[in-house]
Amino acid sequence: MPPTRRAIRAVGLLVSVLILVVVVLASIAIGAKQLSLGEVWHGLFESSGTYGDVVVDDRISRTLLGLLAGAGLGLAGAVLQALTRNPLADPGLLGINAGASAAVVTAITFFGVTSLNVYVWFAFLGAAAVGALVWFLGGSRGATPVRLALAGTAITAALYGYLQAVMITDDSALNKMRFWTVGSLTSATDSTIKQVLPFLVAGMVLALALARPLNAMEMGDDTAKALGANLNRTRVLSMLAATVLCGAATAACGPIVFVGLMVPHAVRSFTGPDLRWILPYAAVLSPVLLLGADVVGRIVARPAELQVGIVTAILGGPVFIFLVRRRRTAQL
Amino acid sequence: MKSEAGTTAPGAVPGAVKSARANRAVRTPGGLSVRLDVRALTVVLLLLLAGLAASVLLIGTGDFPIGAGDVLRTLFGGGDAGQEFIVNELRLPRVLVGLLVGASLGLGGALFQALSRNPLGSPDILGLGQGATAGALVMIVLFSGSAGEVTVGALVGGLATGLAIYLLAWKRGVHGYRLVLVGIGMSAIMTAVNGYLMTKADLVDAARALVWMTGSLSGRDWAQVWPLLALCAVLVPLVLANARGLRMMEMGDDVSYALGVRVERVRLLLMLAAVLLTAAATAAAGPVSFVALTAPQLARRLTRSPGPNLLPSLCMGAALLVAADWISQRVFGADQLPVGVVTGVLGGVYLLWLLVTERKAGRI
Repeated sequence: MPPTRRAIRAVGLLVSVLILVVVVLASIAIGAKQLSLGEVWHGLFESSGTYGDVVVDDRISRTLLGLLAGAGLGLAGAVLQALTRNPLADPGLLGINAGASAAVVTAITFFGVTSLNVYVWFAFLGAAAVGALVWFLGGSRGATPVRLALAGTAITAALYGYLQAVMITDDSALNKMRFWTVGSLTSATDSTIKQVLPFLVAGMVLALALARPLNAMEMGDDTAKALGANLNRTRVLSMLAATVLCGAATAACGPIVFVGLMVPHAVRSFTGPDLRWILPYAAVLSPVLLLGADVVGRIVARPAELQVGIVTAILGGPVFIFLVRRRRTAQL
Repeated sequence: MKSEAGTTAPGAVPGAVKSARANRAVRTPGGLSVRLDVRALTVVLLLLLAGLAASVLLIGTGDFPIGAGDVLRTLFGGGDAGQEFIVNELRLPRVLVGLLVGASLGLGGALFQALSRNPLGSPDILGLGQGATAGALVMIVLFSGSAGEVTVGALVGGLATGLAIYLLAWKRGVHGYRLVLVGIGMSAIMTAVNGYLMTKADLVDAARALVWMTGSLSGRDWAQVWPLLALCAVLVPLVLANARGLRMMEMGDDVSYALGVRVERVRLLLMLAAVLLTAAATAAAGPVSFVALTAPQLARRLTRSPGPNLLPSLCMGAALLVAADWISQRVFGADQLPVGVVTGVLGGVYLLWLLVTERKAGRI
């Protein structure tokens, strides 16, 4: 790669980080309760327990969770897209999020689970089971976009049928789940973040470490083998990374779709196919989208809020359709 | 037309010869001939019989059970006043709505699967159900609408979504895969809208909306039967008349053009019919899950015939929905769980089995 292009990408990454910083500050400063900049400053650096300080403290937790979950979903999407050689792969579309949701609903309703550190395990179990199922049904032999998308959507549909059956029979479950299933960052507390932090960090490290073998895989199985890549190990580790990231993010925020689809895709058109650039870019820009959508959701429906999962799907759906239209049908 | 038995290779397995022999060519002296698939015809008759039997059982089931003999006698005008009221006014419309909705969903599903050339390309997955749900939820949550208003809302929502999918998938013709993928995108957007509306509702409205979203037949009366019946009476013959073109189109657009099928016109017509059927059925009973997906697949396996299997799918849908409603009434008690839960569970299990076997055969 010529040094100038590398420099451009490095500068682009730096700019992305700056954008992220701006969005993070916006996420702390803007919300349903309007605070002056002075109050925000007070809450950040001279916190003394006033009402404004409590609000700022809440927003910091929420922003931190958005940061972590966004980066996790973006990385998971990028890894899945590379693994399946499929620009439309997305943890939500592949049913992994729905698997986590179904497991969490089961935990709430049938096992009476209320604490998040147990949720996380259920979410992992559900995500892993559905991830393995989709991979087995749609991808293990000659993955095509349609096979994977259909297998994922079909399983999502089946799981939502199950969710409905549970909620119809249990009003209190309905009341909890109708807010949980849309995906939001409002559940963020310090203990939530502490619970999911180790999983998200481990998943992120694993995903970033997979850049090189996934680069080899993108050239096709035969070439990758000839280059000395261990195909099976890369596949298993990639699914593991995606599952851990999605499971943890979904356990903390509820199912949030399209972040993992949009960001890696948009990034790819700028960086080219090299995952050593795509992955860091996705990790920085995904939280920008998630936190940005969260801020938008707080502004448009004042004094109430629009959940971040709804905002991302309404923004992401049209982008998805645009991508489908732009691709040549021969490749689909 | 040459009979298919003649094309069977010598030395083929006996079973293949037997099934090939089931096709009979009927010829008129004027030189017209039509191929008659005996097996498909038998399947249609048996499914009709099964649907009617399930209907009689369903009419007899409820808080006031009536024997099958009494049900039949009442239907033909020989019951006492109490039975007549229960059968003709309360339960018969519900069963008729069930039959019509099942038939519409079965036919609509078969059309969508044939048009998208994909066994999973059903209206559930293409987002029509979600679109109709969005229309209904707007009525329930924002306007606290009556049952009739909810029906209209669902109809408008379903039709608008179908139109949007068709227009967005259009790019010098509608390609099957693009249709599916655009549908998946639409479905995601609509799911988000529905999620938003659910969080806005109070708990009573949310519970009502959830039952509607699952698909239910309870409390349906004659007012729902007539429009649905009229629509089916128009659309079903129209669709069946175009079945030949659809069958040609399974060979690919270019081949069908060469064989004289106006591909885009037939596709637009059939898709419009499928959207109307699905939207009307959804408006009447809610987005009953999986009937549209499973009925054509089950019908295809019973007739063992490739091609769209439109008529068998229609009968299968009707029989399936009424039987599922009967099961839900028997197992969970009268009106405890809506029929959509039973079709969802049955359909889910079937879907997994379908995916596994299709994968083994390398078809999806």
